[in-house]
Amino acid sequence: MADLTSKFVGIKSPNPFWLASAPPTDKEYNVRRAFEAGWGGVVWKTLGEAGPPVVNVNGPRYGAIHGADRRLLGLNNIELITDRPLEVNLEEMARVKRDFPEHALIASVMVPCEEGAWKDILPVIAETGCDGFELNFGCPHGMAERGMGSAVGQVPEYIEMVTRWAKEATGLPVIVKLTPNITNILYPATAAMNGGADAVSLINTINSITSVNLDVMSPEPMIDGKGTHGGYCGPAVKPIALNMVAEIARNPDTAKLPISGIGGITTWRDAAEFMALGAGNVQVCTAAMTYGFKIVQEMISGLSQWMDEKGYESTADFVGMATPNVTDWQYLNLNHVTKAVINQDDCIKCGRCYAACEDTSHQAIAMSDDRVFTVKDDECVACNLCVNVCPVEGCITMKTLAPGELDERTGTPVAAEYGNWTTHPNNPTVSAAE
Amino acid sequence: MTNSPFSEGVVPARLSAEALAENFSDLHPRLDDHEALVAADRCYFCHDAPCMTACPTDIDIPLFIRQIATGTPEAAARTILSQNILGGMCARVCPTETLCEEVCVREVAEGKPVTIGQLQRYATDRLMEKGDHPFTRAAATGKTVAVVGAGPAGLACAHRLAMHGHDVVIHEAREKSGGLNEFGIAAYKSVDGFAQAEVDWLLQIGGITVETGSVLGKTITLDGLRDAYDAVFLSIGLGGVNALGLDGEDKSGVLDAVDFIAELRQADDLTKLGVGRDVVVIGGGMTAIDAAVQSKLLGALNVTLVYRRGRDRMNASQFEQDLAASKGVRIITNASPKAIHGNGAVREIDFEYTGDDLKPTGQTVRIPADQVLKAIGQSLESDGLPELEGQKIKVTDTGRTSVDGVWAGGDCASGGDDLTVTAVAEGRDAAEDIHAALSA
Ligand SMILES: Cc1cc2nc3c(=O)[nH]c(=O)nc-3n(C[C@H](O)[C@H](O)[C@H](O)COP(=O)(O)OP(=O)(O)OC[C@H]3O[C@@H](n4cnc5c(N)ncnc54)[C@H](O)[C@@H]3O)c2cc1C
Ligand SMILES: Cc1cc2nc3c(=O)[nH]c(=O)nc-3n(C[C@H](O)[C@H](O)[C@H](O)COP(=O)(O)O)c2cc1C
Ligand code: SF4
Ligand code: SF4
Ligand code: SF4
Repeated sequence: MADLTSKFVGIKSPNPFWLASAPPTDKEYNVRRAFEAGWGGVVWKTLGEAGPPVVNVNGPRYGAIHGADRRLLGLNNIELITDRPLEVNLEEMARVKRDFPEHALIASVMVPCEEGAWKDILPVIAETGCDGFELNFGCPHGMAERGMGSAVGQVPEYIEMVTRWAKEATGLPVIVKLTPNITNILYPATAAMNGGADAVSLINTINSITSVNLDVMSPEPMIDGKGTHGGYCGPAVKPIALNMVAEIARNPDTAKLPISGIGGITTWRDAAEFMALGAGNVQVCTAAMTYGFKIVQEMISGLSQWMDEKGYESTADFVGMATPNVTDWQYLNLNHVTKAVINQDDCIKCGRCYAACEDTSHQAIAMSDDRVFTVKDDECVACNLCVNVCPVEGCITMKTLAPGELDERTGTPVAAEYGNWTTHPNNPTVSAAE
Repeated sequence: MTNSPFSEGVVPARLSAEALAENFSDLHPRLDDHEALVAADRCYFCHDAPCMTACPTDIDIPLFIRQIATGTPEAAARTILSQNILGGMCARVCPTETLCEEVCVREVAEGKPVTIGQLQRYATDRLMEKGDHPFTRAAATGKTVAVVGAGPAGLACAHRLAMHGHDVVIHEAREKSGGLNEFGIAAYKSVDGFAQAEVDWLLQIGGITVETGSVLGKTITLDGLRDAYDAVFLSIGLGGVNALGLDGEDKSGVLDAVDFIAELRQADDLTKLGVGRDVVVIGGGMTAIDAAVQSKLLGALNVTLVYRRGRDRMNASQFEQDLAASKGVRIITNASPKAIHGNGAVREIDFEYTGDDLKPTGQTVRIPADQVLKAIGQSLESDGLPELEGQKIKVTDTGRTSVDGVWAGGDCASGGDDLTVTAVAEGRDAAEDIHAALSA
């Protein structure tokens, strides 16, 4: 049986599944039930300064994008950090940690960009017995306007500075949470590393407007006829998050920086993908908000079954295994030739592959009078569009041509050796060098 | 072919071997991967899911469906089997239309439930085909338990006890284990010898010995078992059959539906099995429906099912009734059998129409019949058993009988519907209580 116990920057938890800082971790009641349901750890809903807490809107906070059958694909929120008094949160955190010593409890913190503010609050929070800190530089709304959150997260110098303050103020691990609302994730990641961060976590939510009310002419969620951009999360953001995780993991300077992967994780497979790209553990928010705490059971059973099948004994065995295979486009093998193949037994003859290829790609699918769809090898460029639009999983697959086999499209046999753009004759920089 | 549906009397081979094979093939063939993903995708992962509450074995349905949806049917199977070790058979035989699927929120909202039973089969088949038995025994306790009867209740009880480290001996009267899974369930619900394959798979847990030909009341006694074992679980089902109490019931061609079905289930060659041209089945439950449908599938020309009360009182579910109708079975309700005619062999049978509360109307109907199958209920053969309640062994919620150290469950025990899944739940729960008692 696979061992799911996890150690992330020295913090132990029964499994690598943590709940991200958000409503699911906003109070004792939630966190107790989350641990009872099986979550390995939580990052408590972001704490702010002592004194009167922030206030949230009293109308809708969330907007959403749905797929077929109203499956929630993307969620957008205009919520702020915790709107409950600091003392109340601290008391609750201490109680929960005392009762669940095996589970990870991380305090997420966001206070004004002043040395005193950070250095005063971290030791106070540490008294709860929490296992570490997460610095929230990522919140895209509300807080940024107050000089906190992504306002800090978008300025690498600030990140480095605040991280350094935090490290000076506490001996506990410090995780810096990154906002995706920047041009290049390596800048904030590097800044966090230079400030002494033990790890980064990403992504926080993405600036977004989910929809527009066309009667009132206002963005949704709409408060009294007006709306504002919110933070986007859920399954739809996973590809963006995966890329950012991979960029940090494969960049030589930041490669050793531990990563807590966040963004759209909904199933065991999503989690395994983040970890394969270099995340030491994962955090989940929207999936729990959509389906409840119980989904962690599927994540646990799925990950352990997959690990057993692959022979991985602990999560460390596969973390980062896919990172070396993330490369730049110019290094992809141009001599690797594939062709789409339609399995006629699985095909339900909907014609979507045909419409896609005929109208928008390479006219490489033939349709007979009796609706048999076949790929024309002499036209197929292997773009994969048909595979992606086919409603039947696994019906269209890509067949790899062996070296020496004729590529009917180009009329040339497939070359055995690896060859990429950097050495390709059409590349102007290649001929220039000659 | 020597015979046809028109041949008179009870004769074999009314249909060709191919037609019979087709008729007795899987009622609901297993979902393929694509179908399973599409079906699983429809589940909303409900909170405190109604489907789960409706399942007598409390299978975590939303979780197992999510595990299918996320590509781990084996994990789904473990979720199922940890609650219901005969989850494979239940997936085939449960009247889901009156259990989990009846209350699925998508049945209520759209009239189209998530196909829970078929998804359950998809998952359990995947695991069992690998020959993988996902459970192991706890350290041996040195305690021994006798289980009497190797039907669903006995098997479920034995498996759970074995998991807890007890040594179990199952005493089974017949030469084969499985109970009605092997001898009763309609052939098209359990094809390809699934019942025996499932028993073999279940016994892989270890610590369970099956002694066949061991008959309580004949070769063994309850007192003997109490002396020899630390606990006893009775799961002997309902061995007796109710009689019509009519003259002519002994004519040839008049038989118990359960015997007819058992013979069919054990037949190696369906072309050798005789069936009447005009078959009349008496009863309104699952057994009656199964006997009627299978007579029709064997090639009987006319099959009439006659039930003495109204349709709404039939025990067979709407799905079962529709299945029978779709196979060409004629269903007559509000009619009671009055007389069986024939010279040695049955030729005709008289019914009198009844009003509400079985009040005779004086109106009669005579139906040609060269075979009459009686399916008016099974009963407990109760000599030397603990105290009864009604016609069954009186038990508490956890299966305790009036006799110390003796538990009972399944069809022979009071409470619960007479269903495979209920038998499994009762066997499992009694095992937990026996375990608690033996550990005390
Ligand atoms: C024709 C028919 C069709 C059915 N179809 C369905 C269906 O589709 N779906 C469904 O859910 N349920 C169905 N049922 C009901 C279901 O089969 C039973 O509820 C279930 O099998 C009960 O399990 P059990 O273990 O209590 O008893 P059984 O399955 O009856 O097993 C009892 C076992 O005890 C043995 N035994 C009996 N007496 C003794 C003795 N004295 N000593 C030793 N061993 C003994 C028997 O040989 C048998 O192996 C059907 C029943 C019948 C008759
Ligand atoms: C309603 C809501 C409130 C959130 N509040 C916080 C917060 O207080 N602090 C924080 O660091 N992240 C916050 N987040 C971001 C999440 O922690 C997480 O980074 C993001 O939702 C992406 O993960 P997901 O796709 O699993 O939801 C919030 C997200 C949501 C949906
Ligand atoms: S989810 Fe609960 S708190 Fe939120 S709007 Fe609905 S009922 Fe109100
Ligand atoms: S999209 Fe898929 S299912 Fe539809 S016609 Fe093409 S291959 Fe067949
Ligand atoms: S009631 Fe239906 S939709 Fe809800 S969990 Fe059960 S099967 Fe899924």
